Amino acid sequence: MTPSDELPVILEMRGITKTFPGVRALSDVSLRVHPGEIHALMGENGAGKSTLMKILSGAYQADPGGEILIDGKPVTINGPLDAKNLGVAVIYQELSLAPNLTVAENIYMGREVRRGLMVDRKAMEDGCLGVLERLGAGFSPKTLVGALSIAERQLVEIARAVHANARILVMDEPTTALSSRETDKLFVLVRALRAEGLAIIYITHRMAEVYELADRVSVLRDGGYAGSLDRSELSSERLVKMMVGRDISGFYKKDHDAPENQGAMAHRGEVILEVKGLRDDHRVRGCDFSLRRGEVLCIAGLVGSGRTELARLIFGADPKTGGEIILDGKPLAIDKPKDAIDAGVVYLTEDRKAQGLFLDMSVHDNVNLIVYERDAMAGWILDRAKAAERSLAAVNALTVRVAGVGVEVGSLSGGNQQKVLLSRLLETKPRALLLDEPTRGVDIGAKSEIYRIIDDLAKSGIGVIVISSELPEVVGMADRVLVMRDGRIAGEVGGETGIPITQESIMEYATGAVAMTGERAREAQEVIQ
Amino acid sequence: MNATKAESASPSQAGQAALQGPGERKLRVQALVRTLGMLPVLILLCVGFQLLTGRFISLQNLSIVAQQASINTVLAAGMTFVILTGGIDLSVGSILAAAAMVAVMASLIPDWGMLGIAAGLGMGLAFGLFNGTLIAWLNLPPFIVTLGSLTGVRGVARLLGADTTVFNPELPFAFIGNDSILGIPWLVVIAALVILASWFILKRTVLGVHVYAVGGNPDAARLSGIKVWKIYLFVYSLSGLLSGLGGVMSAARLYAANGLQLGMAYELDAIAAVILGGTSFVGGIGSIWGTLVGALIIAVLSNGLILTGVSDVWQFIIKGMVIIGAVALDRYRLKGSART
Repeated sequence: MTPSDELPVILEMRGITKTFPGVRALSDVSLRVHPGEIHALMGENGAGKSTLMKILSGAYQADPGGEILIDGKPVTINGPLDAKNLGVAVIYQELSLAPNLTVAENIYMGREVRRGLMVDRKAMEDGCLGVLERLGAGFSPKTLVGALSIAERQLVEIARAVHANARILVMDEPTTALSSRETDKLFVLVRALRAEGLAIIYITHRMAEVYELADRVSVLRDGGYAGSLDRSELSSERLVKMMVGRDISGFYKKDHDAPENQGAMAHRGEVILEVKGLRDDHRVRGCDFSLRRGEVLCIAGLVGSGRTELARLIFGADPKTGGEIILDGKPLAIDKPKDAIDAGVVYLTEDRKAQGLFLDMSVHDNVNLIVYERDAMAGWILDRAKAAERSLAAVNALTVRVAGVGVEVGSLSGGNQQKVLLSRLLETKPRALLLDEPTRGVDIGAKSEIYRIIDDLAKSGIGVIVISSELPEVVGMADRVLVMRDGRIAGEVGGETGIPITQESIMEYATGAVAMTGERAREAQEVIQ
Repeated sequence: MNATKAESASPSQAGQAALQGPGERKLRVQALVRTLGMLPVLILLCVGFQLLTGRFISLQNLSIVAQQASINTVLAAGMTFVILTGGIDLSVGSILAAAAMVAVMASLIPDWGMLGIAAGLGMGLAFGLFNGTLIAWLNLPPFIVTLGSLTGVRGVARLLGADTTVFNPELPFAFIGNDSILGIPWLVVIAALVILASWFILKRTVLGVHVYAVGGNPDAARLSGIKVWKIYLFVYSLSGLLSGLGGVMSAARLYAANGLQLGMAYELDAIAAVILGGTSFVGGIGSIWGTLVGALIIAVLSNGLILTGVSDVWQFIIKGMVIIGAVALDRYRLKGSART
């Protein structure tokens, strides 16, 4: 019996089950939310958080058997309109605003004020002024949404929900695209909404946000309900254990630098890739570094410091304005990705859905896509037997969980998608690997597997560059760390520098070694999260 | 994408064992349903017309239907490649007219009349390359470029014959339009060969995989080392070349060509065939077999409606409604399974 059991309940979901053809996404999940409460919902990717919220918002219908009660009364939610009428509003990660319309038109979308046959813009603009002021918006209702920042757009969405008298507000990882200052502002706003008596269901992966905001946390695991904790009971150990269902010891596997493995590889430590003065005079302003065989070189730095841009320059994805790339001592002309791939330098994009995978194509085709050309008979006819061998071997080697290699990649979970994309690169037998945020949007179990894969690759003699915003990850797996700031390499820790790789030493370089106060500290905090 | 892969995979092939298992079997069935999605509509139409007229399903009439379908099938095959990359080619009808004009004019050269075939094909390829160059190198939107070509090339076609009809009663390659080989009309043989070649390119070559890849995700294709511009250049050139072939077939059938009327609105039938065949308008998904079924549905409709004695005006209305209805049915059936 926790104290919160005695409070009034605004929303109760009981015994919710949802099956898709062949998959049970939710089984017997319950959730109880009180008014004036920030209720965090946690779980690995694929645990069922989104499905549960989609049932609440009417995007999906639950299987018969479960029930949803609002204010203690059973309700049926057959569509988004039902949910809206019951006071449920959802703010998704991908915001659902029309950028070509004004703030007022967006807030009133579907409920436009009419005067006769005409839209009464003036009335709509005046009508939402109050809400916008209350939420602390610094823009006018006449502004085009397309001209607003992501944070401001989010505010418009919240304003729309509040304006429609929502009483249950679901926020799906709202801080993903926000800077630290914007995040702080959002937190103030969320707390203000709580004070007004709204129930807020807050989906997040970030432990720090849970500590900061949540009154209560519920955890889902593998489509089932794993339990809830009150604020007083919170501990990150308990939460992780609830999410994963097991202890995760040896999370970061790193034994490629162990002495017994060093002997096995004669050429470990030879320089493979050298970058000299590489620049695009925009985001990258002259970078020099070298990558050795069998090492994991992490590139850290704040968001926007030019890490991704540097990797894309090396790979030939964007035009460079100067600098040299040297592979095995020979200067390399890389103008387009194909040049880099042919030379044995490959790049894993940070945005696998938009820039990496072919979501409508099979696992088989996605794995083979680059090597089809190399394997082809007479240079142009597909070698199907070889391709089938490759995809099967790749799926087994990286333990991609999939019913068969013919399955469309779009239907896989984030971790499995990432492994498929990684397989495509590994099939080219690269000498140097550039991995940009390889564990982004991947659940904890798959993260640990990706660390193992990276470790194995280093052990096999490949030079691996990992760009990461997660400092614990960097500290856990790097041999050396380059820290970028404002398009330049601001410093190096680990390796021959003798500086130990710690979150603090990295942050000193990342922030310019100033005292960690005020704004800088908050930015640092963001990266640490 | 999986469609014809599943249909063409034979269990005996090495490595294909990987594509087995219960999950795989379900996928294959789904893929097959998707590929052959419109086949039931085609069969239903044939049976319906037979019941209405009593003479639709005869060897003679089916041969006529096949011949009527042949030119549109050739155009639609090229269109399939274009739409698979997420593009569109509105200029195929105009290119067909221009190609037919030069084919007939070249056929009038004494002793070198067979050059007409090469001239028609060359004309088509040239306009296709023109479209492709603008789209691939200048990054202009395909709709705009080919809309311009639709009008401009039509003008060229009229200019070629000084806006008159050109004849050649002694057309040396008239056999293409009127004779048969082993009892099968040459037009049908050519269309079948084009379909087979398209299937081979799409499903058995690196180029084909790259066409699907570029259509599915151009950014990822570029980062995977695919020269995206080459793929665009290829598909528009191929569409132009096949339009040229359509022009030759058309000229061979008529012994004549007219820049003003020939090939008018053919692009719409070609696009309709591709869409009826289940190819996604945004690119990346579709198959050539679907296109063949789509082209046959259109030909069966035209032929059957004439046989039943429906007036010309109503033929248009019914055709339009069947196209929309069939695609609506298809989308409804596939709802939730994949994007369309």
